[in-house]
Amino acid sequence: MTASRRLSLLLVPAALFLLAIYVWPSLGLFRNAFNEVGPTGAMIPAWSLQTWRATLHDSFTIELTLNSLWLSTVATLIALCLAYPVSLFLFRTESRFRGLLAVVAILPMLVSGVVRVFGWLAILGDRGLVNTTLQALGLISAPLKLVFNWTGVTIGLAESIMPYMILALLAGFGRLDRTLEEAARSLGASPFRTFWRVTLPLSLPAIALAAGLGFVLSMSAYITPKLLGGGRVFVLATEIFEQATTNTNWPVASVLAIYTLLLLLVLLAASNLVARRLQR
Amino acid sequence: MTGAGRMLSGFAALVYVLILAPIVVVVMLAFSADNFILFPPSGYSLRWFRQLAGNGPLLAALWLSVQIAAVVTLCSLAIGVPAALALAKGRFRGKGALTSFFLAPLLLPTLITGLALLLFFSPLKLAATLPGLVLGHMTVTVPFVIRMMTTALANLPDDIEAAAATLGAPPWRVVRRVTLPLATPGLIACACLSFLLSFDETVISLFIAGPRASTLPVEMVRYVEGRTDPLVAALSVVLIVATLAVVLVVERLVGVARAVGR
Repeated sequence: MTASRRLSLLLVPAALFLLAIYVWPSLGLFRNAFNEVGPTGAMIPAWSLQTWRATLHDSFTIELTLNSLWLSTVATLIALCLAYPVSLFLFRTESRFRGLLAVVAILPMLVSGVVRVFGWLAILGDRGLVNTTLQALGLISAPLKLVFNWTGVTIGLAESIMPYMILALLAGFGRLDRTLEEAARSLGASPFRTFWRVTLPLSLPAIALAAGLGFVLSMSAYITPKLLGGGRVFVLATEIFEQATTNTNWPVASVLAIYTLLLLLVLLAASNLVARRLQR
Repeated sequence: MTGAGRMLSGFAALVYVLILAPIVVVVMLAFSADNFILFPPSGYSLRWFRQLAGNGPLLAALWLSVQIAAVVTLCSLAIGVPAALALAKGRFRGKGALTSFFLAPLLLPTLITGLALLLFFSPLKLAATLPGLVLGHMTVTVPFVIRMMTTALANLPDDIEAAAATLGAPPWRVVRRVTLPLATPGLIACACLSFLLSFDETVISLFIAGPRASTLPVEMVRYVEGRTDPLVAALSVVLIVATLAVVLVVERLVGVARAVGR
């Protein structure tokens, strides 16, 4: 046996693990989507499309889909508007604290999601930072409802996807050529015009990829909609969890999971296509 | 035109405030003297830390999470590092496809993984057990270890290994005496991050945790759902300090942005 062959034997334990604990369960999820649900709620083994038909024709599924898409769009746009300047700053800065600043920008992705959600409860809650400040200033008399609704979920979600988008943007900025900006400036373009006509167009591929990533992460986020939504925000992710655990309706949970995954694949393919088009 | 410019720096500073706000607020709230979430607090005290020290269920969950994360990290390194070694150093057909196979679980949402594991574990009576939680977390950490260590090992200079081999060292000895010692900083950083990944894993745990096997994030989610008092903030401070320590170690060894980025 050659050395390289023997080296490839080292892949066996990891491959076996992933086949048994990842691939096989995923196939099981696929199988469950074709089982039927009896009138008592019990699962009946079958190979039928009954659950698919019932779930996809349910108006609640359509509502959940629109909710998920809308929430993810808004959260991604907000996060993009905030992540872009930070990434551009980190890309350009010559501060000796650049490394530290980069770590701080992606720190939230290393801190537990539950901790950050709790922080937003303290900022946006009825007696949180925003409401107590506005009331102290006499701008409002009754507290604004900022959590346990769509507003809170959108804000929390935008914050949680931002670090991932900053990393994606930073990776994409590698293509930005400073000499082009300098050329525009020396030819008399204002800083704003230089940004609008040179920097922004050059970074469009990075924006498309970061937006795609942010969108996928928002669509599949569960903790933020669950905790900041306070049971009043219904999206695909929360419904998949409810069906699987509270209702123990596995066929419906599996159908919704595959449906969400297909939605994500289509959206990812689209964002990659856009990014590739823009790169030309 | 060099540097970031004043307007851009100003805007970035504003976003930084927003990024840090939830974490800073949680830290201040942990020292609150109030009975409920009021911000800014009307007074400061250590009462919530004392409450935390007397809260059996949360402390038990914390200890369980530490134990699970340690086992998960050891197992993930044990099967992930050899695979990374093969992917980084080996020359065989289908390497690209194999790499994609090993990294695929990182691309799929943990919501889907969690559901698949619940359906798989329930008939096997592995749901709501410790082995179930360990195996569940490993679906995230094994691909992570493989990704990080493949890069780390591929970036090592080949000539030292070649020199050792030329001088007659058998392949095993080259790996043990040259490759692994050279990769030690990367290995430690990888172990730290894999510990953190398992410790913070929430969604998969929520699917497969049960009354007798419940990790800290699961207990925290349940607590926040039921009550709103600053106890979770006190616990969060403990977690943030521990996380920062780990992040500092990783930053020193390999750089956080490089470790978590793709």
